[in-house]
Amino acid sequence: MKTEITLTINGKQRKAQVEPRQSLADLLREEMRLTATHLGCEHGVCGACTILLNGEPARACIALAITLDGSEVQTLEGLQDDALMSILKESFHEKHGLQCGFCTPGMLISSHDLLTRKPGLDEGQIRIAMSGNLCRCTGYQGIVRSIKAAADKWAEKAAASEGVSA
Amino acid sequence: MKPAPFTYHRASSIEDAIIHLDDNDMIARPLAGGQSLVPMLNLRLAPVNKLVDLGRIESLRRADEQNGRIVYGALLPHAAFEDGRVPDGSNGLMGFVGGQIAYRAVRTRGTIGGALCLADPAADWLMTVIALEGEMVLVGPRGRRSLAAADFVTGPYMTALDPAELLESVVIPRRPTTERWGHYKVTRKVGEYADSMAIALFDPESRKARLVVGAVDGAPLVLEKTAVEMGKGARAERLSAAIKHELAESGRSFSPAKLQLHLTAALRAIRNAGLL
Repeated sequence: MKTEITLTINGKQRKAQVEPRQSLADLLREEMRLTATHLGCEHGVCGACTILLNGEPARACIALAITLDGSEVQTLEGLQDDALMSILKESFHEKHGLQCGFCTPGMLISSHDLLTRKPGLDEGQIRIAMSGNLCRCTGYQGIVRSIKAAADKWAEKAAASEGVSA
Repeated sequence: MKPAPFTYHRASSIEDAIIHLDDNDMIARPLAGGQSLVPMLNLRLAPVNKLVDLGRIESLRRADEQNGRIVYGALLPHAAFEDGRVPDGSNGLMGFVGGQIAYRAVRTRGTIGGALCLADPAADWLMTVIALEGEMVLVGPRGRRSLAAADFVTGPYMTALDPAELLESVVIPRRPTTERWGHYKVTRKVGEYADSMAIALFDPESRKARLVVGAVDGAPLVLEKTAVEMGKGARAERLSAAIKHELAESGRSFSPAKLQLHLTAALRAIRNAGLL
């Protein structure tokens, strides 16, 4: 039996008919055609499906859509015009933060959350904080360097805008 | 879609959840944060006919302080402890533990009560609430009761919960502010379940000590004799002997390698508490 739920996905209100066993990730990919959210392990280990749920990172593959009625979901598609996300993407490009790109959406969402919550981390701390996202192209060196570079750029930008307002 | 079909009920209150769980005709399970249950559903390892979602029961997300005891609602996520959004009476131990469970995207959803009820032997909260001498408040078809945290876990993935009974809250007494804690976890990868872990508490004022070892194939072990030695100011050699003796006495069959691992975790926790 399907139940109607309403979600705010990337700022837009969307209604959906869901089965109890349907994951948020399947709803996003199969019905909303928002395919930036990738499915790797489908049991909460690899982090490729990480999205923002009510502003906090969550695994879309182990979130049952029916439980989320009324929630706000942000996927990578919804962060297209986000200033920090643009810096992160640029850094991943410059520092070789991806090879095949499968893990990248989850890496970007997790690092976006990390830099928002905890600016100023060193490479070791970034490595620990990103340990919930797996990359199978052995790209961790590049990924950590990319996030560190983005953190530095983001801090510079924050300092510059503070200088302007002061 | 990976799980087998099941029906869904969003509980409006604790009473409503209990009514829906009290069902002899089908396998009904409560859903808290879903960070262990949903993977099990995806892998079709946990048979469920009916899922009773506790997520909208707001009273389960509250933290209150009463007479030096902090009552944590079962549905508080690990991140609430990590971020210091709930009162702390453990000199920061609970915040530390909450911040190193799995990964941030799991900590925002996984709950203290859900983790305790799953009772994975290597789970962080189980060892922590036993170390802090917490109390579990259970509510079921026959009313409310409370149990010492150490009596709540009866074995690996086994608890004292009756069918249709829920964990409502965990009550942690405020610890003396002079008490120091030490935590140590042996794990192959950040965020993984531990191979061994230990918490040591020591109050230099009263010289009271406590030592708990986790990931020991069942309920965490409280090493009371070693704690007495800690209080007396025993040195490393004597503590090692006491720990080994108590682990051997526990009746669990540890391999020599495991024994060494638990001994090391316990000693390092003691060291992190400022002893040795």
